[in-house]
Amino acid sequence: MQSSIAPFLFSLLLLQRLISFSKINDNQQWLRWFKYARIFAIFLFFAGIILSNLEITRWTWHIFLVSLLLFAFQQNEMRPLRMFLAAFAPYVAISLLTDLTKVTANDFFNRWETYFGNAFLLSVIWLLAILFSQYRQNKAAEKERLTRLKEDEINRAIAIRKVELEGLVAERTAEITLQKEELEHTLNELRATQDQLIQSEKMASLGELTAGIAHEIQNPLNFVNNFSEVSSELLDEMKEELEEGSKQYAAGSMQSGDEKLKIAEEIANDIKQNLGKIIHHGKRADSIVKGMLQHSRSSSGVKEPVDINALCDEYLRLAYHGLRAKDKSFNATLKTDFDEKIGKIDVVPQEMGRVILNLLTNAFYAVNEKKKTAPPPPTGGIKETQNEYMPLVTVKTSYIPSAGGMRGACSISVSDNGNGIPPEVLGKIFQPFFTTKPSGKGTGLGLSLSYEIVTKAHGGELKVENNEGEGATFTIILPVKKQNNLR
Amino acid sequence: MKILVVDDERDIKTLFEQRFRKEIRNGEFNFHFAFSGEEALEYMKNNDQEAVLILSDINMPGMSGLQLLKKIKEKYEVPPPVVIMITAYGDSENYTQAMQLGADDFLTKPVDFIILKEKIKALKV
Repeated sequence: MQSSIAPFLFSLLLLQRLISFSKINDNQQWLRWFKYARIFAIFLFFAGIILSNLEITRWTWHIFLVSLLLFAFQQNEMRPLRMFLAAFAPYVAISLLTDLTKVTANDFFNRWETYFGNAFLLSVIWLLAILFSQYRQNKAAEKERLTRLKEDEINRAIAIRKVELEGLVAERTAEITLQKEELEHTLNELRATQDQLIQSEKMASLGELTAGIAHEIQNPLNFVNNFSEVSSELLDEMKEELEEGSKQYAAGSMQSGDEKLKIAEEIANDIKQNLGKIIHHGKRADSIVKGMLQHSRSSSGVKEPVDINALCDEYLRLAYHGLRAKDKSFNATLKTDFDEKIGKIDVVPQEMGRVILNLLTNAFYAVNEKKKTAPPPPTGGIKETQNEYMPLVTVKTSYIPSAGGMRGACSISVSDNGNGIPPEVLGKIFQPFFTTKPSGKGTGLGLSLSYEIVTKAHGGELKVENNEGEGATFTIILPVKKQNNLR
Repeated sequence: MKILVVDDERDIKTLFEQRFRKEIRNGEFNFHFAFSGEEALEYMKNNDQEAVLILSDINMPGMSGLQLLKKIKEKYEVPPPVVIMITAYGDSENYTQAMQLGADDFLTKPVDFIILKEKIKALKV
């Protein structure tokens, strides 16, 4: 029985290894065989115990182990197991040799039994040593495998994280791109809106002008019509006088004939004068229409020599009548103080006209606001009315001669005696969309556009002087070219 | 009859003088022209109650025709001169305001001189 424990244990060890190897290599056929072999080993072990017939079981063990080893050695796929198999070889060989010798040469065996025992012991030690070293090697390999596995896992986790992050980055990029596109779209919309606002500001100022223009055209037209009618009447009269005169001459009354002729001559002079008036007022209407067209036309941006005083005067009238037509109760004293030394200055007329108009409209608005809130004039005698608030808007031009390296300049000031600008908003008045007017009354672009026209397009300055409660003065300063033709 | 015409348009003088040349020649009408409300008041102060009829524009720089009308009606009580307002803005607001301030009549530009002549002649009677 004792002698079957060792082969049983070793064959189990061997088979265990072979089975696990087969499992790893996924060889079902081997796996089946080795499992049968294990069952066979267990059967053999118990058979040995029950039968106590040591001879048969011992030889069966030998055949079983040798064939198992030989089979394993022959398989190319089991090359990695060679070292393991080699561990068993001496044990199997020596135990087989010992038994064979016992059977065939018992004397020889008895003489050399110690050596056989030693060889057997050595083979077992060899087996155990190899198995132990293999075990250690396996352990180390396992450890390394585990480390590699861990590393792989970490790498895989990193790869997964990387993919996730890339996905996130792509998502964010898409979001940002979308936002960027949205912002670009909004920006474009804002630009378009700004253009529209600028256009509507122009149209608003044109609207402010139209009533003034209508009034301004009506007056010269009335004169043209009236003077034409009167002239026609005068011609009839003159004809009558002439006929009367010739009758008098024919009757021989030279003196009364001369008188009639003299009257006819006077009438002719009047007609001539009237025709002059008709031409004058016709031209006046013509220039108003031209000015209006110029104002509505988009700016050519081309500077040309412009009589600044005439420009101021024209827009002063237009602005005044424009406001007057809209607000019947509006009234203001207009004062002009023009410096004839200015002459013509290179400006874009419709743009500078727009600036002057804007400053005037603001001035009129300011005085009108003050008038609305001013205490009503005391009733009674005429002298008390001196305390009454009299709206006053002044336009002043002056030539600033060049001095100390500074070029000559011209200034155009628009002053009002309204309430002035509250100090807290003084810094904001040139900002786009800033307005003190109630909503719907102002676009808030007037002064900012004016500022741009004066500073950017004309290289000038737009300044404001403020007397809180007493009015404000806006001054445009335009540089004058050296070759300016001073009058 | 002394008539004071107030208008900021200077050519109104020539026009009136020609339109009413016969009446002026006859000595029927006697015109004086003022080119602002202030000038008109100044003239009235210096020529006491001389003008019995005042034709005034409303829309003038400085003192407006309505302010002038108010002052005339306040100051010159007996007998107040007849004041006819003539304006390019013939809206109801202007009209009622002029009437409230005591205007005797209200005409819109362009002036029909035949009607004006009749009105003046009717006043004279």
